Amino acid sequence: MSASIEEILTQALQALAHAKDLAELDLVRVNYLGKKGLFTQHMKALGNLDPEQRKSVGQIINTAKNSFQDALDSRKLTLESEQLQARLASECVDVTLPGRGQSIAGLHPVTITMRRIAKIFADAGFNIAEGPEIEDDYHNFGALNIPEHHPARAMHDTFYFDAHTVLRTHTSPVQIRVMESGQPPLKVIAPGRVYRCDSDMTHSPMFHQVEGFLVDTDVSFGDLKGVIFEFLRAFFEKDLQVRFRPSYFPFTEPSAEFDVSCVMCDGQGCRVCKQTGWLEVGGCGMIHPEVFNSVGIDPERYSGFAFGTGVERLAMMKYGINDLRMFFENDLKFLQQFK
Amino acid sequence: MQVSEAWLRELINPPISTEQLVEQLTMAGLEVDAVLPVAAQFSGVVVGEVISAEQHPNADKLKVCKVNVGQAEALQIVCGASNVRPGLKIPAALIGAVLPGDFKIKESKLRGELSFGMLCSEKELGLAASSDGLMELPADAPVGSSIRDYLALNDNVIELGLTPNRADCLSVEGVAREVAVLNKLAFQTQASASIAVAHQETLDIKVEAPEACPVYLGRLVKDINPNAVTPLWMQERLRRCGVRSLSPVVDVTNYVLLELGQPLHAFDAAKLSAPIVVRNSRAGENLSLLNDQTIELDGEALVIADQQQALALAGVMGGSSSAVSDTTQDIFLECAFFSPLSIAGKARQFGLHTDSSHRFERGVDFTLQQRAMERATQLIVEIAGGSVGPINAVINQAHYPARLPVKLRSQRIQKVLGISLTNDEVSSLFKGLGMQVVEHAEGWDITPPGCRFDIAIEADLLEEIGRIVGYNNLPSSSLLMRTELGKAPEARLTLERLQDCLVDRGYQEAITYSFVDEAMQTAVAPDDEFIRLQNPISSELAVMRTTLWCGLLTAAQYNINRQQTRVRLFESGLRFVRENGETKQQKMLAGLTLGNVCAEQWGEKARNIDFFDVKADVEALLSLTAGGLSFRPAQHPALHPGQTAEMIDTGSNVVGLLGMLHPNLEKQLGFDSPVFLFEIAQDAILQRVVPKFAPLSKFPSVRRDMALLVRQNISANDLIHCINSSQEPAVREVSIFDIYQGKGIEDGFKSVALSLILQDFTQTLTDSEIDAIFRRLLEKMTAELNAKLRE
Repeated sequence: MSASIEEILTQALQALAHAKDLAELDLVRVNYLGKKGLFTQHMKALGNLDPEQRKSVGQIINTAKNSFQDALDSRKLTLESEQLQARLASECVDVTLPGRGQSIAGLHPVTITMRRIAKIFADAGFNIAEGPEIEDDYHNFGALNIPEHHPARAMHDTFYFDAHTVLRTHTSPVQIRVMESGQPPLKVIAPGRVYRCDSDMTHSPMFHQVEGFLVDTDVSFGDLKGVIFEFLRAFFEKDLQVRFRPSYFPFTEPSAEFDVSCVMCDGQGCRVCKQTGWLEVGGCGMIHPEVFNSVGIDPERYSGFAFGTGVERLAMMKYGINDLRMFFENDLKFLQQFK
Repeated sequence: MQVSEAWLRELINPPISTEQLVEQLTMAGLEVDAVLPVAAQFSGVVVGEVISAEQHPNADKLKVCKVNVGQAEALQIVCGASNVRPGLKIPAALIGAVLPGDFKIKESKLRGELSFGMLCSEKELGLAASSDGLMELPADAPVGSSIRDYLALNDNVIELGLTPNRADCLSVEGVAREVAVLNKLAFQTQASASIAVAHQETLDIKVEAPEACPVYLGRLVKDINPNAVTPLWMQERLRRCGVRSLSPVVDVTNYVLLELGQPLHAFDAAKLSAPIVVRNSRAGENLSLLNDQTIELDGEALVIADQQQALALAGVMGGSSSAVSDTTQDIFLECAFFSPLSIAGKARQFGLHTDSSHRFERGVDFTLQQRAMERATQLIVEIAGGSVGPINAVINQAHYPARLPVKLRSQRIQKVLGISLTNDEVSSLFKGLGMQVVEHAEGWDITPPGCRFDIAIEADLLEEIGRIVGYNNLPSSSLLMRTELGKAPEARLTLERLQDCLVDRGYQEAITYSFVDEAMQTAVAPDDEFIRLQNPISSELAVMRTTLWCGLLTAAQYNINRQQTRVRLFESGLRFVRENGETKQQKMLAGLTLGNVCAEQWGEKARNIDFFDVKADVEALLSLTAGGLSFRPAQHPALHPGQTAEMIDTGSNVVGLLGMLHPNLEKQLGFDSPVFLFEIAQDAILQRVVPKFAPLSKFPSVRRDMALLVRQNISANDLIHCINSSQEPAVREVSIFDIYQGKGIEDGFKSVALSLILQDFTQTLTDSEIDAIFRRLLEKMTAELNAKLRE
């Protein structure tokens, strides 16, 4: 035993203090407590001492060993903590950088608008119906009480494929198709593409309409007014004024157009409403008895109302879009504004 | 229809403002599109008379005039108009006058000559969009009086956007009748003036088409003054209703048309060889019209003819050969009722639309002809003199239109409109509209007047009540509550879910036209038969798309041209394919993508999109559906031959396509990076599987990998299918995790690394059991696909 226990302990504590990391610390541990470690050797050497000495020396070694162990544990905690701190520091990122991967795109504003309209009516028990876009003139005109040569046909600017095949000019043929195949009570909403042979700043050759109709016993004009009123307030989420003006559609009688108080100026008068305070939103009326006759529903027993409105127009009013042509240019800078 | 407010108020003058009047008309269904003052704002302009007009000493084109404006001394005014001449009466703007555009008239010097005012043209007074020269006033215009008073310019033009059912309001009198009812005022149409007949000559009239023309009145007015001038008041009224003044006779027919709604036509009697015949045209017959257009008739259009030729397209337009001219002395005046059906569509067929055809096809009051004839005669005689002959009236009673009473039940008023009216209210409302009312136990029998062609059923009468009472005064009710619970069929996948899936994967929804450019259509789908619009808006929008790719590619080009380098779009909608003589309208869902997989970002290396990126998007869609679709290699003329897959259903029907745009087309369409496209029939994917719980195994699962050497032509599908068809119950999942070709692999072969997840429901699999499964699978693959285990 060349050195005293005290000296070994002093050296050992110094070695601990000098250990820079956990690996070095472990070497120190092995040096003193390993199988061939200095403390271990001293413990093994105890066997050579007489019993008296063995006890007292043993105590001294144990005390030193325990001191070392405590210092080792403490140093280990320190080094572990330092190591964690270093790792955490090295792993620091700029959390303001954007996340990775695919970004979410959006729906077309027409789709968003049609979905909202459909939802408002579906919640009130309306079913959604669709129809073909290439229509025969019977469903587009004849069954809707618009005979050939009727001046109302001229109002429609129809695209023709042949004398009897057209691109539907409105969603009203869906009314006919639904009533042909079903019996009242009927509550239906029919959104879709429609086509008119007209193109300028305020007309697009293709646009979207939503047609709605309800057929039951005892449906009155008051019910129609109520539905339109509630729908417009729900759609615009505003306490709008709504007014009904007499108008003419061959497939409804009485017929009306409905206006809302201008959403831009709250009815005060502005450029958008041409100073009138009103914006025209759609047409409606009580389903014409001739229409009922053409689909085999008894107009004495049943009555109903129908209404139609332009989706682009509603979307323009709702989102403040000022150019109809943007809807079908599909400019990403436009589309990406709608999620 | 455009009416002068002052003219209207001459017939009926309710004590309400212009704004109130306009509001009233709109709310009664005669929508007012615009109200415009008949002249722009100006002041200080009076009637002046040119006393002299001398050449300006320093300017060729100017004249120095002395103008009497009713003041003590004539004013010197310099004028550049070519029609300035002594004796002419003109509007003269005095010093201090303000012309339209806030143009103030001051004393000025023009090339050295003093000028104390300005002589005005119609344009300068805001009366016309253009004019050449000064406005010439009649010789009897009172010098010094205000032009605004003299021309009654404190008036508005009310533009009505009339619906086709309201032909009765295509006249000032018709609008007045409506205004009277709305204001509960009495209204009486003017009594027919009876003109003293001065001679007994008539032209014989033969109506060969009495159904189309049940009423035809003709009258000869002889020896009119060809130099007569239409009085200013009539010119002004015509102008305010949008009609140009031409000659006294034509102006009178137009005036009566505006006043009463009855179109008339005047022929030059000297150019006719009686009798006058109303007949169907003969096929191939030619007719030169007043607008210099010559039409070839088809044997169906109704014409007015004489012994020589067709003279006029009945109810639409007169012919040039028999037109009145500035030398005409004897006129034959026609006033007829042509049935709407006989006129409907005829004008449009020949590309014409006239004030006359507009009224006849909507319906002219068939009781009006006598009165209109007398009114026109009266005005012609007043203006141009002439000797009036008797009216030759050919009226066919058998085809004379009838007005039948329409029954109105009081309970229907309550039921449909939600209001109840007294007998007196109903009666006075309908009588005010010119209808006859007979009361009975259930309600009323109401007979509409000859001017109303839109009252045939009870609903029409209900509309009249609603209109006059005011739609906004009718009660509103809250919708009946939902009568049944909604349905939520779980096996139906909604289009919305698929759209949302694509949106969440970075695809922006587009909506493109259903009609496309034929060049694009044939480039993208040369094998599809498409249909063509007869009357497209332009050649770019002329044929119906057989694939949504046409519009998506156009939209992509649009964006590429606007500095976008990455485009991901989808659309849902119909395609229109012609098959076996029928047009199939099929709902599709299609997508397009080009550019980098992700938008440029700091954290991911930029990588151009490839086939499998897009396939992953399509598979994401399919994973929502009931499944059953598989991919197989395919060829499509628009797609890269080595990167095209079609989707087939369990019956091997092709329901979709996926692939890379053919490099030739990519170049042709102006793209400079690969474009990938997909399109799926919605019918094939709008079902989903209603989940059915499968119990979980309690025993651990094991993964075993196998690397196989197979020939190049063995597809991934073949391998997976081979394992899935093995009916090894313990095989839970199979997937391919690596494909290798190249060094160490013989040419024509590839190495495919598969992973198998094995799990049993009754026990933990032992190594020997696993080995046995592995061996059986390998044997099957060797037998079926000639696969070898790679050493």
